[in-house]
Amino acid sequence: MENSEIISVHDLTKRFPMGLSEFTALRGINLEFSRGEFSGVVGPSGSGKTTLLNIIGLLDNPTDGDAIILGNPSRSLSVREAAMIRRKHMGFIFQTYNLLPVYTVFENVEFPLLLLSMSTGERKKAVLEALAWVGLSDKEKSKPAQLSGGECQRVAIARAMVKRPDIVLADEPTANLDADNSHHILQTMEKLNKELHTTFIFATHDEKVISYLRRKITLVDGKVSHDEVLKP
Amino acid sequence: MIKFLIKGLLRDSHRSRLPLAVVATGVMLTILLTTWITGVLGDSINLNAKLATGHLKVMTRAYRENMDQLPVDLALTGTDELIKSLRTDFPSVSWVERIEFGGLLDLPDENNETKSQGPFAGIAADLFNEGSGERERLSLDKILVDGKLPSSPGEILVSSMFAQKLGIKVRDKVTFIGSTMFGEMTINNYTVAGTIRYGSALLDRGSILIDISDARKALDMEDASNEILGFTGSDYYDDAKATEVMVSFNKKHPEDHDQFAPVMLRLRDQNDLGTLIDLMSGVVGLISFIFILAMSVVLWNAALIGGLRRYGEVGLRLALGEEKGHIYGSMIAESLIVGIAGSVIGASVGLSLSYLMQQKGIDLSKMMENATMIMPGVFRTRITPQAWYIGFIPGIFATVLGTMLAGVGIFRRQTATLFKELQS
Repeated sequence: MENSEIISVHDLTKRFPMGLSEFTALRGINLEFSRGEFSGVVGPSGSGKTTLLNIIGLLDNPTDGDAIILGNPSRSLSVREAAMIRRKHMGFIFQTYNLLPVYTVFENVEFPLLLLSMSTGERKKAVLEALAWVGLSDKEKSKPAQLSGGECQRVAIARAMVKRPDIVLADEPTANLDADNSHHILQTMEKLNKELHTTFIFATHDEKVISYLRRKITLVDGKVSHDEVLKP
Repeated sequence: MIKFLIKGLLRDSHRSRLPLAVVATGVMLTILLTTWITGVLGDSINLNAKLATGHLKVMTRAYRENMDQLPVDLALTGTDELIKSLRTDFPSVSWVERIEFGGLLDLPDENNETKSQGPFAGIAADLFNEGSGERERLSLDKILVDGKLPSSPGEILVSSMFAQKLGIKVRDKVTFIGSTMFGEMTINNYTVAGTIRYGSALLDRGSILIDISDARKALDMEDASNEILGFTGSDYYDDAKATEVMVSFNKKHPEDHDQFAPVMLRLRDQNDLGTLIDLMSGVVGLISFIFILAMSVVLWNAALIGGLRRYGEVGLRLALGEEKGHIYGSMIAESLIVGIAGSVIGASVGLSLSYLMQQKGIDLSKMMENATMIMPGVFRTRITPQAWYIGFIPGIFATVLGTMLAGVGIFRRQTATLFKELQS
């Protein structure tokens, strides 16, 4: 499974205008990701981690080069087509959870499925299954305000995983969590990666996250300085 | 998805209850203000019509030039024939003769010496003829304060404030001193049948109401009257119909050198009532415009603040693959729901309060004692058919417009900044 390539980036360069000059966030990146990878892009702040994730997540376009996501060259995709790929094939996990406060845990996890126009029965089954994966079956009626930070991030993982996406992009997912909760959610993601063969790509500089990665890509000043396999 | 969004709308008070309260308040105020202005201006116009101007008025050209002096010497003559032709030519209009005149009212003591005396404005109307409809038109049963209505010649009604000022009581004998149509002095005695209160300070300060036959005798105006009033079928002034009748009548009686030839005026041509009518018809549109503008600004701000609060939610929805147009559409749909619900609530409250004020009114007669124009002392709202829907225009339009303006930010938003925004 892990051998089929689902993401490849070629000579990826991204420049941002900064006043009269330009800031180069990525400089000629070349990378491939295979299905089922559990990889992380690591590096100090400003190294280009989030910019790379944005481009892979079809939230931004490269200045030069291209990213081929699930066989689709990102530069040729319209905004609508990019949204469609995100809707069907991608899950996002954020540092600050970004749960919708007025909805219950069940409804938060259900939301991505509503965008896919699934039937009520199918949605319910998928949401309950996703909550079971993250160990929150008993919290389906709770509101985010009633949960701990770790529980909120587990809901966010369930929301990212509920549609069984091909790719999950997680930007600093443990930044707001203590060590115990960090390990708990990383174990959950590792388990889901193994069971569902979902490709996980992290942007992080947290050593706890790095210790779980099977592949570590180090970015320095917008360039890949190391690309190493940590675990087979 | 719709159910999901409605759930969120109902649970989030900042998205539902707050805008709902703003819309309902705005709609309620729009309706109250509209019915209030329509009521007050409409009542003023009606009171003027019933007491002084009619919906149409026929007079001599000379009288038209000096109308404010109520000159009986410039009255129409041969009014029996004239009113017959008016009834034939314009059968849908009710025509009645009136004499407006002035003079002195004298209250004698037991020695027939003057006890008190004061000037008055008199209205002579056909009070004894049931078919004239004048008793109903002048609401005599309602405005009678003391005594009874005149039932035989020689009985008059005196306005209550005037009676109080002169010390006149019911059944007192009073003397009218004035001049006839031909400029001769006339002195006539009457019995005060009762006192009345028109509700208009201008008339209540000093007026008498007398049957037209008594006035004719006193003023030597057989087959004459200084005014013939016409009332169109509706209780309210119909400007278009009045204009049609006036144009037709005046075409038959073109302007020439005969100062005693009849001429017809509409209500809007008298006592500056045209301004009131234009104000009344323009004011509803003006109020709607002001409220749409004001509420749009308020709701725009509310939507902007709400949008800022929901920045994370919108960002998340974009990241999860929802299209910008869909998010924008759902926000407009939400505002439409809020607009309709707020308008229904606001309209219900506004119409209920308007109905209450239409029935009860607010008595401002004490403040109107020095009024120099015929205006009602009790101010009432009036619920017109327009009042049922007028509030919905700002209620729905402003809410949706405010959201549309606030939602433009969604389209300006760069998807690329989502991660940064969602991390903050």
